[in-house]
Amino acid sequence: MAAGKTGGLKRYYDLNGWLFVAPSLLLIAIFLVYPILRSLYLSFFAGKGMMMKFAGFGNVVRLWNDPVFLQALTNTVTFFIIQVPIMITLALMLAAVLNNDKLKFIGFFRTAIFLPCVASLVAYSVLFKSMFSVDGVVNSALLAIGLISTPIGWLTEPFWAKVLVILAITWRWTGYNMIFYLAALQNVDKSIYEAARIDGVPAWARFVYITVPMLKPVILFTTIISTIGTIQLFDEVYNLTEGRGGPANATLTLSLYIYNLTFRFMPSFGYAATISYVIVLMVALLSFLQFYAARDRS
Amino acid sequence: MNVSRLATTVLQYVFLGTAAFLSIFPFIWMVISSTNKSIDIISGRTGIGDAFGINVANFFSQVDVPLVFWNSVKVSVLATLLTIVVSSLAGYGFEMFRSKARDRIYALVLLTLMVPFAALMIPLFMMMARSGLINTHIAIMLPTIASAFIIFYFRQSTKAFQTELRDAAKVDGLKEWQIFLYIYVPVMRSTYAAAFVIVFMTNWNNYLWPLIVLQSNETKTITLVVSSLASAYYPDYGVVMIGTILATLPTLLVFFVMQRQFVQGMLGSVK
Repeated sequence: MAAGKTGGLKRYYDLNGWLFVAPSLLLIAIFLVYPILRSLYLSFFAGKGMMMKFAGFGNVVRLWNDPVFLQALTNTVTFFIIQVPIMITLALMLAAVLNNDKLKFIGFFRTAIFLPCVASLVAYSVLFKSMFSVDGVVNSALLAIGLISTPIGWLTEPFWAKVLVILAITWRWTGYNMIFYLAALQNVDKSIYEAARIDGVPAWARFVYITVPMLKPVILFTTIISTIGTIQLFDEVYNLTEGRGGPANATLTLSLYIYNLTFRFMPSFGYAATISYVIVLMVALLSFLQFYAARDRS
Repeated sequence: MNVSRLATTVLQYVFLGTAAFLSIFPFIWMVISSTNKSIDIISGRTGIGDAFGINVANFFSQVDVPLVFWNSVKVSVLATLLTIVVSSLAGYGFEMFRSKARDRIYALVLLTLMVPFAALMIPLFMMMARSGLINTHIAIMLPTIASAFIIFYFRQSTKAFQTELRDAAKVDGLKEWQIFLYIYVPVMRSTYAAAFVIVFMTNWNNYLWPLIVLQSNETKTITLVVSSLASAYYPDYGVVMIGTILATLPTLLVFFVMQRQFVQGMLGSVK
């Protein structure tokens, strides 16, 4: 083949390659790359509304002296440190049990446990708010079975408000994670379990020594997704607390604080952008750590 | 069957039964509560009441239901179609026309999966304000169209597309866009269906960005309406329940009709 002909083919190939990906790349450049860089730029400016002036690292200094920010940071970290392990464990256990085709009504159980992830975040938050009112259905049930002797102030006491948020997210996302594990388990050779069973390995040990190691890549993937999601928590807390993150800022998350700083009060674009970079750094750091930890163990 | 085996089985059923009950209960609660008065709902009434008609009437008098529903449908369906067109082109392009430069850019595209929306919303809001797009549906859709996740999904699925089909079409003299439109799209229709379900759900339930951009009652989506009804000082929960039912019904319907595609779409990323 002549050199000129090869060059023409390569140009044809390249031109088509770029044409197919161009619309996406253009949109990503305008609506993702530009804004994220613009946020970084804004974080060096202080002031209210459009009256902004260069402040260097002034916003970072302000962060350290802002008790509301520190509370939002603590809340956000508390949420994912407690919630993600609980949910992942629960999802794994459910998947391990649901992987047993010999159980009756298995299809019903699978669909039922998966169903919460069809609900919109706003709709389920509103439902939870009505269920967890002081005289609501949950307190009534807990009183009736004798687990508590006085109603819990789910929406009025700081500690219980945090518990409610954790319960709510766990309800919404456990089935979602479970589906990933179930799909991965169905590719695992069943004979491994049979052999272990014949050797007298108890069910919990099969779970810990066979199921969990087999699913490690999927567990890593879902842990990262869940952590990133929880760091960005917004819809639930906004709708459980009328946008305030109450009581006494107990459920205020970083995203909700950014929203309030920008759209509820006189906007502090620069300071809010600085906080958004705290989220960016947290997401990047945690994803890196989780990848590193998984690689280290193998 | 020995005793410990039997105990294990019973334990499994108890575990699954509890999990299934807790998973479904809020949906049942939603339906029961739609028949009760607000005061009965927050005092935990679990019986069917007789206020369903009143709740529906109140909901329709407080909310322009056809308009709100139309807003939600319009925004979700249009944004979903655009996302699928643009992302499938990209997924196909990245896989079929591989080059060093494009592989590098693809890695960067995947990196954007980690970018939190909180870090985008302020500049996006300023951008829309400058372009006079605040309070328009275009502003809602534009930032959602390019999705790294869906590009990734289409690229992964394209790996199963047989290149022989493409080579044969080329011999027949079809242009690249014709191959994509007349061969790739029909062959990959189950991939498209799964992507549609997943993207539609995301758009239908989208909340934070519409909350920022849509400020008048004429443009609001059902999600925003439910949220604002429930955040009133004394919310009428009977009315709120009608709203949550309307907001949940389309996604429930899509889920039950296309359950297989739904699960396939969700799992698309790990295959």
